[in-house]
Amino acid sequence: MQSSDPKNNQGDSRRDFLKKSSLITAVALTPSVALKAAESQADERFAELFEKIPLNLTVNNKPYQTSIEPRVTLLDYLREELHLTGTKKGCDHGQCGACTVHVNGERVNSCLSLAVMNEGKKVTTIEGLANGDELHPMQAAFIKHDGFQCGYCTPGQIMSAVACVNEGHTTSRSEISEYMSGNICRCGAYPNIVDAIIEVSKGETKA
Amino acid sequence: MINFQYLRTTTSKSALALLSKDKAAKFLAGGTNLIDLMKRGVTTPEKLIDINHVPLKQIELKGDTIIIGALASNTAVAEHALIKEKLPLLANALNAGASAQLRNVATVGGNMMQRTRCGYFYDTEMPCNKRQPGSGCGAIGGFNRMHAILGTSEKCIAVHPSDMCVALIALDATVVLANQKGERKILFKDFHRLAGDTPQLDNNLKTDEMIIRLEIPINNLAKNSHYLKVRDRASYAFALVSVAAALEISDHKITDVRLAMGGVAHKPWRLTASENFLKGKEASTANFEQAAKLAMTDAKGFGENDFKLQMAPNSIIESLTLAKSKA
Repeated sequence: MQSSDPKNNQGDSRRDFLKKSSLITAVALTPSVALKAAESQADERFAELFEKIPLNLTVNNKPYQTSIEPRVTLLDYLREELHLTGTKKGCDHGQCGACTVHVNGERVNSCLSLAVMNEGKKVTTIEGLANGDELHPMQAAFIKHDGFQCGYCTPGQIMSAVACVNEGHTTSRSEISEYMSGNICRCGAYPNIVDAIIEVSKGETKA
Repeated sequence: MINFQYLRTTTSKSALALLSKDKAAKFLAGGTNLIDLMKRGVTTPEKLIDINHVPLKQIELKGDTIIIGALASNTAVAEHALIKEKLPLLANALNAGASAQLRNVATVGGNMMQRTRCGYFYDTEMPCNKRQPGSGCGAIGGFNRMHAILGTSEKCIAVHPSDMCVALIALDATVVLANQKGERKILFKDFHRLAGDTPQLDNNLKTDEMIIRLEIPINNLAKNSHYLKVRDRASYAFALVSVAAALEISDHKITDVRLAMGGVAHKPWRLTASENFLKGKEASTANFEQAAKLAMTDAKGFGENDFKLQMAPNSIIESLTLAKSKA
């Protein structure tokens, strides 16, 4: 994002710069209704519109404090700001499950949640499953049963699988398939993924 | 995603006050549909009011009525012992929809408010009277395999994508809405609307209102109910056709019956004529076939979705048969 007039940048505070450059972006992107409102309130209006929101959340047992644009998804916050790139961006529309993380212990698609909606919550990503060098039983079971080929969907599959066991939806292969249906694997490792989940649900895998 | 102002509130009163100041603002609950639509530029609200902290998550029995708060998650409702015991049709419909991840976040109110999944609605390069009134309908004469066969208009043949809503219309639910002046109740069957000349309007919620809760009367249909969903893959796909069927049978006669379909119309579609035909009659295959035929009286296909004209009645018969067979 750059101001069209370089002089604007000289001697201005960062906040002023953001205000002005935001205004230009906003004019380009907002509908006419907003532009009419902008004529009267210009700078203040868009300063408010683009205000970053304070955010506190715990990720893998570590507290984080930041301020963030409301449009940033939880997925982008984890990957781009915290550099926790284990959580994958697949479709970015809630259709593939590659971005699955746990929020307060429940599995969610992090691509369809704004980071600011998760204020005060506890997030667990694939990086938070292992205990040091000791793999989580589900990670170990995925390796044992070849529950992946290319591996791109695997972090989401494993997070979803851990939740599936915690929820108790593991009474049969068909129930596991049903409750894992939000995680797509284009390599087709499904039977092996189900094998891994069955093993963990029976408590047979030792990490 | 185009940026927006984000506000958070903890009471329905303050949520409605914020809405009254800016009627173009949108409530943000689970966000599983709204955020997707915003990413694609289908909707571009300047202001979101996050209502996730408003205490509307109750699921409880009051007298003969089950109360479900608008912000109860789809999982919370589907997994609740009271719902599984008294309203298994609703639990089954919810579990037939979306994925476990989405159901954990998606709310009851958001499920009601979700937009159609018509591809032309989602593609901002295409004409769509629902997204941009007057621009035309791409689906009529276009790719319309997923589209409506009942209650269609010349402006729009999109379908409402919800499974939950098909069960709720069958269960005679009531919706409690509120604005700053107070609450009003409408029947669930009157919440969603047909496309008609204004396909941009999915429902009858007013611009100053929010959904507060559902009220569902207890019934005797729990034993013999079934939610049948026919789709392109075994799970995690929208319905081609779905049928909620519930029967109360005594002395081999049908004393109460509920039938509703999804995937066939702009709103969840209650089969009133078929229900009236079945009441007092024997729960026989011949009568189920006649009821299915009645449901198709005004149905019409648009080419790619012609198969639904046969799939829909077949599904009605199948769902009724499965509901009856539950002992």
